[in-house]
Amino acid sequence: MMTTLFKIIGWGLRGIVVLWVLASLGAEFVAPYKPNDIVGQMWNGAFWQDTSETARQVLGTDQLGRDLLSRLLYGTRNTLTVALGATFAAFAVGIGFGFWAAIARGRIDMACSRVADLIIAVPTLIVTLLVIAAVGPSVGVLVAIIAVVDGARVFRLARLVAMNICAMEYFESARLRGENLRWLMLHEILPNVRMPLITEFGLRFCFIFLFIAALSFLGLGLQPPEADLGSMVRENASAISFGVLAPFFPAAVIAMLAIAVNLSSEALVRAKRRA
Amino acid sequence: MTLLKIDGLRIEVEKDGGWTEVLHGVSLELARGEMLGVIGESGAGKSTIGLAALGYVRAGGRFAGGSVVLDGTELIGAPTAVLEGIRGLRVAYVAQSAASYFNPAHTIGDQFAEVLHRKRGMKRAEIDAKAAQLYAELGLPQPERIGGRYPHQLSGGQLQRAMIAMAMATDPDLLIFDEPTTALDVTTQLDVLGCIRRAMARSGAAGIYITHDLALVAQVSDRIMVMRHGHTVEVAPTRQLLSAATQDYTRALLKGLRSERVEAAARPADERPLLRIDALDARYGTGTKVLNAVDLRVHRGETVAIVGESGSGKSTLARSICGLLPPTGGAMIFDDRELPAQLSARKADTLRRIQLVHQLPDLALNGAQSVGKIIGRPAQLFHGLRGAKLAARVTALLEMLELPASYASRYPHQLSGGEKQRVAIARALAAEPDLLICDEVTSALDQLVAAGVLKILRKLREEFGLGMIFITHDVATVREIADTVVVMRHGKVMNAGSVSEVLDQPDEPYTRQLVEATPEMDPDWIVRVRPDFARVA
Repeated sequence: MMTTLFKIIGWGLRGIVVLWVLASLGAEFVAPYKPNDIVGQMWNGAFWQDTSETARQVLGTDQLGRDLLSRLLYGTRNTLTVALGATFAAFAVGIGFGFWAAIARGRIDMACSRVADLIIAVPTLIVTLLVIAAVGPSVGVLVAIIAVVDGARVFRLARLVAMNICAMEYFESARLRGENLRWLMLHEILPNVRMPLITEFGLRFCFIFLFIAALSFLGLGLQPPEADLGSMVRENASAISFGVLAPFFPAAVIAMLAIAVNLSSEALVRAKRRA
Repeated sequence: MTLLKIDGLRIEVEKDGGWTEVLHGVSLELARGEMLGVIGESGAGKSTIGLAALGYVRAGGRFAGGSVVLDGTELIGAPTAVLEGIRGLRVAYVAQSAASYFNPAHTIGDQFAEVLHRKRGMKRAEIDAKAAQLYAELGLPQPERIGGRYPHQLSGGQLQRAMIAMAMATDPDLLIFDEPTTALDVTTQLDVLGCIRRAMARSGAAGIYITHDLALVAQVSDRIMVMRHGHTVEVAPTRQLLSAATQDYTRALLKGLRSERVEAAARPADERPLLRIDALDARYGTGTKVLNAVDLRVHRGETVAIVGESGSGKSTLARSICGLLPPTGGAMIFDDRELPAQLSARKADTLRRIQLVHQLPDLALNGAQSVGKIIGRPAQLFHGLRGAKLAARVTALLEMLELPASYASRYPHQLSGGEKQRVAIARALAAEPDLLICDEVTSALDQLVAAGVLKILRKLREEFGLGMIFITHDVATVREIADTVVVMRHGKVMNAGSVSEVLDQPDEPYTRQLVEATPEMDPDWIVRVRPDFARVA
């Protein structure tokens, strides 16, 4: 009974998120206003709160009087793109080094693993703040930092699952054929470790998404006037004391996206296991 | 008097969301003190019927009909309390791999004591005395003290015996032996088999002995039931079944591996060997030597069998030849040239010319690749075949291994064990090697399937003049396939020469021991080789 209820909620949530993401991809056509146009007063309420003639924005306006719905759509797209790019970068780094370490073993494995340990041992946020303070905030820097920091975590998983495959006799056969590193990684290991990596991708994506939102909240992510979910929460934070829901909407989008991605990756693995 | 009566038993397992019947109405009767051998290939349903005698069916399965009556009690659908009073107490089960059934964190004695203490309320001192008595009966060393040891301190054969002792602790009426010696070396197998035979005769319990080896089951059972695909093929008293089987399938099993052996033509004395190994030493890390001054000669078109028990170094020798474990001393000469020790130092052409086929086909094939890709890759890599030529080559290889061409698009999990092993051989042949190393390629296969693989290997050797190294622990397989044989033990060569020289009248003591420990299709064999295992009246 409860599980059925959870299932329905889960599918409903994912449905809404898919629609939302599609809408954000076509923000130019869907959004009622341009993201940076000032269309009203500061912090107009949402349509059910503010029924006056001057407030015609669906979810109200932000601290500069820009349309909140439009900015949410553009912001989702921006944050999502950066988070996705950063996750792919982290996986490329982590899988590449992880598989290499598992295949090569010995000194290479030792060197890679110790470097990964070192990166994991250092508090992520502090390192990120330091680097950004040194080189200045930009999308490229952000992606690079995440690729290294989260890549180290992906590395540990990738190395572990690859080690199991390297002990297999078909892998030994491939080595005896003298296959190169590229073939060993892409044809012998990767197809056999997809499942744990996909699960990790879902989880890691959520972390990175939240991390980027947090950095933006601190003012170190995407720079204004670019719309982005984290900075929208911060910019509108003080509105909450006036009973305006402006900071709630971007926060809700962050939460829903994180949950939906996680549910989907889990469902994918479960379906694969059944088959 | 009937102890166990199984009547029209049907069992279904869950498959693809539906139920598939795997046991199609099997019946058997077992008298008190009688030993029934159940034999069949994997998937025949023999383990399923063994577990059914405990009123148990594996997770994902269910009883679909028939009855299992133990001494007047119906076990199917019986309440848990009834079953708990029977399992482990009146019916005990001995599994194939003792190593995975013992809890490594507790001593043998503690695990032995558990049932007797909890279900019979016996004192620990009484239990230990009983354990020591059983250990002694089963021929375990230091029976008074072995109970204080942990599982990892015992050898495989000792663990198996300790497990049998545990099963016999409660003086059960019925013991189920599920392949109790399959994981053991032949000489150890002989000991364990003899102990089972002796202990069963003394205790007067009935038994069901499940195995895939007809020669083995003939030594311990009064009657034999042959199973296939979840049906009973034939049931008969042991001697009658061996001498006058009525079914074709049973006759095929009896014939087993035996076939007409073709003696290789004598080779000129001055012929250079394809592979010459002199005084090879190897070790893992800084441990003790696993290979100690090993010599080996392999000629073109010749099959050299390397036979020995686990830990004899036979697989290590193969790994050294392949370059997976660089030797620490000695010389390897391949086709008149020094063979580099390191894999990375070998040229692509050298890699092509030496091919290895592994023991377990399940691990040897990449499950994410189609059969066509698996077989085609060496042809692509070494011979640069592409497109239609590659596809034609794959088809030709599949045909050579007597597999349908349509298998190219299948994946390994869609194949049976024997088919997988043939694909692994096809992959090795795709490279067009000069030397083929087969590491226990038939050990994991059923008897008839193994016979099929051996037949193909013989054919290939004749067709291509391959030099072949065939590693096995089974003397019968050696006789089947090899021209010359090398007997190894503890990393040393004990004996070498032509098969008839070495195996027919073995002079060397270890070789004799190995030859004698190989079960023969004769119920009197065990008493002949080990008179101390004669049944006690």
